[in-house]
Amino acid sequence: MSRVDVKRHFAPIQRKAAQRTEERKTDSIPTISIVMSTCGLASGAAETKQAFEEALSRKSIEARIVPVGCLGHCYAEPLVIIDHPTSGFPPICYHKVSAARAQVLVGSYLENGDPVFKYVLGATEENDLIPAVMDFPRFNLEQRLVMEQCGRIDPDDIYQYVAEGGYGGLVKALGSDPEEVISEIETSGLRGRGGAGFPAGRKWRLARGGGPDEKIVICNADEGDPGAYMDRTILESNPHQLLEGLAICAYGVGADTAIIYVRAEYPLAVKTVQQAIKSAEKRSLLGSSILGTSFNLEVTVFQGSGAFVCGEETALIHSIEGKRGMPQHRPPYPVESGLWGRPTVVNNVKTLSCVPSIMTRGAEWFRSIGTEKSPGTAIFSVVGNVNHPGLVEIAMGTSLRTLIFEVCGGIPKKKSFKAVQIGGPSGGCLPESFLDTPIDFDSLTEAGAMMGSGGMVVMDENSCMVDVARYFLDFTQKESCGKCTFCRIGTRHLLDILDRITKGEGKEKDLELLETLGEDIKSGSLCGLGKTAPNPVLTSLRYFLDEYQAHVKEKRCPALKCRALTAFYIDLEKCARGCDVCVGCCPVEAIFTTTGRKKAVDQELCVKCGECMVVCPPEYDAVEKVSPPELAPIIERSPEKKETSD
Amino acid sequence: MTTSELDGEERAMVEEITAMLPHFEKSRGNLIPILQSIQEKHAYLSGAAMEMVAEHLSISPSEVYGVATFYNQFRFHPPGKHQFKVCLGTACHVAGGDIILENFERKLGIKDGETTPDREYSIERVACVGCCALAPVAVIDDTVEGHIQPSRVEGIFVQFQVEREREEREKAERESGE
Repeated sequence: MSRVDVKRHFAPIQRKAAQRTEERKTDSIPTISIVMSTCGLASGAAETKQAFEEALSRKSIEARIVPVGCLGHCYAEPLVIIDHPTSGFPPICYHKVSAARAQVLVGSYLENGDPVFKYVLGATEENDLIPAVMDFPRFNLEQRLVMEQCGRIDPDDIYQYVAEGGYGGLVKALGSDPEEVISEIETSGLRGRGGAGFPAGRKWRLARGGGPDEKIVICNADEGDPGAYMDRTILESNPHQLLEGLAICAYGVGADTAIIYVRAEYPLAVKTVQQAIKSAEKRSLLGSSILGTSFNLEVTVFQGSGAFVCGEETALIHSIEGKRGMPQHRPPYPVESGLWGRPTVVNNVKTLSCVPSIMTRGAEWFRSIGTEKSPGTAIFSVVGNVNHPGLVEIAMGTSLRTLIFEVCGGIPKKKSFKAVQIGGPSGGCLPESFLDTPIDFDSLTEAGAMMGSGGMVVMDENSCMVDVARYFLDFTQKESCGKCTFCRIGTRHLLDILDRITKGEGKEKDLELLETLGEDIKSGSLCGLGKTAPNPVLTSLRYFLDEYQAHVKEKRCPALKCRALTAFYIDLEKCARGCDVCVGCCPVEAIFTTTGRKKAVDQELCVKCGECMVVCPPEYDAVEKVSPPELAPIIERSPEKKETSD
Repeated sequence: MTTSELDGEERAMVEEITAMLPHFEKSRGNLIPILQSIQEKHAYLSGAAMEMVAEHLSISPSEVYGVATFYNQFRFHPPGKHQFKVCLGTACHVAGGDIILENFERKLGIKDGETTPDREYSIERVACVGCCALAPVAVIDDTVEGHIQPSRVEGIFVQFQVEREREEREKAERESGE
């Protein structure tokens, strides 16, 4: 099949895409793009859309409403971009557009041409009238490669993807030899984005030489890390980019079957991908004899049932085969004998999503981004105590400091930075002294954390490191499949010890035990889950030993987080006579009136939810939290009060 | 809920599964998809349902049970009419998700994974719903509620209570009107 023939088959699709873009440009109907991915919907994007529709029909204004995927700016949801060509303004991005704001925007901007500056986040292109979003650090320090089109195109419309150059990589690949495709990926230095960073090109080459059987390609979208959601965003916002990468990979390794393994907890992602597959098959971009060639590829979606360990490739394969998702000893590697005994390539969503642009723009271009050993970009979901949480894509090699303090706007409420947890349950906590570490596979591993799935939790001074370690252990202990003794029983013991420490029942020798047991679990486990499960404990022990010691020796939680080691009390000097906001909000009726109509906390009843501290008016600020709990003054309920309340 | 009603429910479930199974090829790879579609329809997997699947695929019921219990998605008890899913992902944990879960548990007198005896409410903890920027998060039936406060938990119950009372009042009015 010559290259010309493939191009000839692709030409009509390209023409139609170009034509549709042209039509949009020439008519003067305003376009309202609303971010409708899971996080947008959670912030009320559906109500916003409805409000726009109602307001438009009430005022009989013609406008096009386009639901788009996620831009990654979760802090500003629901986001709306309005392109109003006749207004003289560039396309404007609005943030936190509630239903009420939507109505205002229709009335003021679409009807009367006033863009309502107080709701504006920025213009989406450079201009003289409105500051552009590109001037903000959040936008200009990011380098978008995988997420370039996310939030800018309608995920359900294949032509919008094609108009942006989509499927050009597949066309180029089909016109070349599979060997050339693999060489290109090898030269690009693309490393697996699932966490470990294995070179993708080498994996493909191994699978290609894996035997005479037809190969299988699996896209791993079983994002199990509690706190990472970029795979979901890519599936929901730009599914065709992934499908194109999948097809290029399948062509390279010689596969006729591809499976996308998605978590069943992501219903919108499942729906969007299934629709995208149908749409691509209809246009002969997937399915049988793709673009007129002899290359066939059947793509199906398998819904994973929720097991963190299934992110491991052998466990994932077992799960598709209808078994318990337990990892198996490697070798044989899946590239030799994987799903149903056939050579199988398992690649992460982000890895495959990098492939189309490497094909179109070339390996050298890809190498020019990022660092020498880790080319390309990294995507993180930055959450926790930062001003601008959300999804961020940055070039590899950017420092943690730039990412946290510039791109994500630093720590809110003037609190100080304490630690950043990278890589979820397999990663580690890094203290302030590591903020200048460049973000790439090797530097992070060296520091004791890891790239992992890209979850990043920023913690301020109020986060307790022992509690965070306990949280992750609680997670991995539940998710351990039970195959290896060290992982199954060892994590249980680690958790028990940490539980004890956070309750103030820790013993001095516990700290040593945590360390030796952690090392033993690492060496005694088969798969990545067990090998990395002790990381959160080991890194926090290394960098925050003083906090562990405070818990064990002084029975004190320095961050005032561990509930058994803290207490609330009301400062009678500050408490206002007669105010009883705290009484009303207490879920267990632990607050009572004491002398002088002031309030006090019954320590026996208090569950330490902290609600009274939240509601106490800032001008009084009378609720205090202390650790150890003995520091709280004890005020007894007067006996007659007790009787009446009984 | 009386025993006879439950039996009726179970009977209907068995009938529906009998009708559904022939649509699935008898291959082991279909085990998880079959279990998923049963749960999608009936909200949980009963012992009888798992035995029927085992028979269809010619594997032992213990094998089916083993697979089903391995994965977090599958439920083995009927859930309540209203479901509360409290997110305990990393961001929610740091923001105090466990306090929210505790508030639900205390309010209903049940633990996570359980259903109230009147089958009105059930509580579940979930690993991450992917709305970390809105932490702490809870999913009330199908709506995601972000930045949830302990006092909001109380508010949610008041809301359900008011709705229930209104329904009962309307029902009573309809009946007295007839």
